[in-house]
Amino acid sequence: MSRPRWFAVRQELSPTRRRLLGGVAFLLPLLLWSIVSYVPFIWHPNIKVIEPGEVSWMRPGLQIPRADFAKEVATAQAAGVRPPTGERANPIYLPPPHAVGRALYTAFTTAPVLKGDLWLHESLAMSLKTIFWGFLISSAIGVPLGILCGAFVSASRLSEPFIDFVRYMPAPAFGALMVAVLGIHLEPKVAIIVIGTFFQQVLVVANTVRKVDGGLIEAAQTLGAKRRQLVLRVILPASLPDLYNDLRILLGWAWTYLIVAEVVGVSSGITFFINQQAKYRSFDNVYAAILIIGFIGLATDQILAFIGERLFVWKNPRPSRVRRLITSTVARFLPRAPVEEIAPSA
Amino acid sequence: MSTPDPLPEYLRQSPAVAERFAKLKQRPVVMEIDHLGRQFPGAQGPVTALRDISLKIHRRELVCVIGPSGCGKSTLIRIIAGLDEPTSGRMLVDGKETSGPSPERGMVFQGYTLFPWRTVKQNVMFGLQMAGRPSSEAEADARQWVDLVGLRNFADNYPHQLSGGMKQRVAIARALAPNPRVLLMDEPFGALDAQTRAQMQSHLLEIWRNVDVTILFITHDLDEAILLADRIIVLKANPGEIHEVIEVPVPRPRSLDQLQTPEFQATRRRLDELIHPKLHAPSEHLPITRLTQIGDDVE
Ligand SMILES: Nc1ncnc2c1ncn2[C@@H]1O[C@H](COP(=O)(O)OP(=O)(O)OP(=O)(O)O)[C@@H](O)[C@H]1O
Ligand SMILES: [Mg+2]
Repeated sequence: MSRPRWFAVRQELSPTRRRLLGGVAFLLPLLLWSIVSYVPFIWHPNIKVIEPGEVSWMRPGLQIPRADFAKEVATAQAAGVRPPTGERANPIYLPPPHAVGRALYTAFTTAPVLKGDLWLHESLAMSLKTIFWGFLISSAIGVPLGILCGAFVSASRLSEPFIDFVRYMPAPAFGALMVAVLGIHLEPKVAIIVIGTFFQQVLVVANTVRKVDGGLIEAAQTLGAKRRQLVLRVILPASLPDLYNDLRILLGWAWTYLIVAEVVGVSSGITFFINQQAKYRSFDNVYAAILIIGFIGLATDQILAFIGERLFVWKNPRPSRVRRLITSTVARFLPRAPVEEIAPSA
Repeated sequence: MSTPDPLPEYLRQSPAVAERFAKLKQRPVVMEIDHLGRQFPGAQGPVTALRDISLKIHRRELVCVIGPSGCGKSTLIRIIAGLDEPTSGRMLVDGKETSGPSPERGMVFQGYTLFPWRTVKQNVMFGLQMAGRPSSEAEADARQWVDLVGLRNFADNYPHQLSGGMKQRVAIARALAPNPRVLLMDEPFGALDAQTRAQMQSHLLEIWRNVDVTILFITHDLDEAILLADRIIVLKANPGEIHEVIEVPVPRPRSLDQLQTPEFQATRRRLDELIHPKLHAPSEHLPITRLTQIGDDVE
């Protein structure tokens, strides 16, 4: 077969095609959104009043379902008064791409409506702070405990049944309790993230550690490694790349707990911003804020992946599309360990 | 299976070989296996993997263990390495009873088991570091071992950048670096292609000539056993017991050129009889029915 097919089971694609699909992955939703927004005869279930005519209760900019509007026009015409005019519009909760694009910028430059409310960047900083502390505290206890559980069956039997039990309790259920114990500001929010992350983390880490090749441990034993050395010099380095990836995934989970955490006590952070903007019906700002979370998530993940690749050269993973792009750009500014592939012959 | 020219009796040794064995038996016993047995719990009562294995191995001897699949070869070597416990009997190294794994009994596994996060040199350093040697000293030592197995140019490569044969050479260097009394090898070349395997065999013989170490080598390759061993321990299955101990009459130094010599062939034939007795008996009847249409010109 000279031309590789697009749909071949488990076959690699050419770099060009990979890049192409990666772009399309983002362009396709954008295209759909644009079509719905800019092609007037697609969807657009409402009429936005431009000129109210002589219908007393209409105001310019008001949105009315199309059928209702038509009825009003018919009534006005029958009564011989000037009918209202309007254009087809989408509901206010679906702003067009360009409005959201603009909001991505203006959301940062617009002062908060109420005095004392936070600017967007301040809200974001607060969210990041919550995530940072929550994840750090959880990891500081969860990772070592998970490693212990993975390495020693007794540690695992002692802690895992209970952890398994607590893990099924939804973290938000602890919200009121945390507020009672820790006050209404940052602390209970951090606590919710810790509760949401920690228990999963111990189990995930323990599982990864348990997957370390038993042959490596036996080999180390025949080379004289004792218990402490087995844990620190074999099990730990052997599972480190997978642990690192686990933490990346868990960090993503921590973000999902953020939204719950931020409505605990005094509502704050990006969630508060989103709720406020929705209340003012500035849905372009709402979308912008959600997109920003997405961008931050994607960026942190890619940066972590990039660092991971540097950290674990020996793992030689197959780098992802975006990661390779970042790697190739940033690599110019960083010295790289000289590792070359060697043909399998002596 | 009859050869026209008569082969010598496999037990007959040339004077040089006989003298070598006489000298060998004078050497101190490094390892003694004393009435060793191992049972595993099974669904239908306990399974006896090994029964009453007794064996003395002298200093710098190279002993091969051979036997049908499932006869307990791996179980035996794992017990010797201290990775498994016997249910009866004991193991002595230099007259002292062993317990658990120890660097005095180095092991090379079929699956390489190199530490992927360590370079070749760092892998070889592992045992030295565990022994608490200062790292500059360990590094110098490791470098020598890496040179000895011919990987000088790959000292700073990671295992995933090496071929199978190279990996196994690293594993040998790693096991030898802490200066073990015994080197245990469980089908170390089993996963290699024929050519690399032949290379590794002569390589191992060369290492063994230059290092003061006693080797216990497991294989299921008869030629490999004859090529390497002073003595071949033939095990039989169900339960795993010593079937016969063969003193290999092929003179040293060994090379693949000796494959066609009468001593080699005679030993080979004896091993064949011991390991595959069924090949000489009529083959067992398999309930095979014809599943596809085939032409009549096959047979
Ligand atoms: N952990 C275990 N639990 C139960 N039975 C076992 C265990 N390990 C080995 N056995 C049994 O002991 C017998 C010997 O196994 P062993 O792996 O030592 O054979 P082997 O000679 O190395 O075979 P091969 O040539 O295929 O590697 C087998 O019947 C096996 O089923
Ligand atoms: Mg085996």
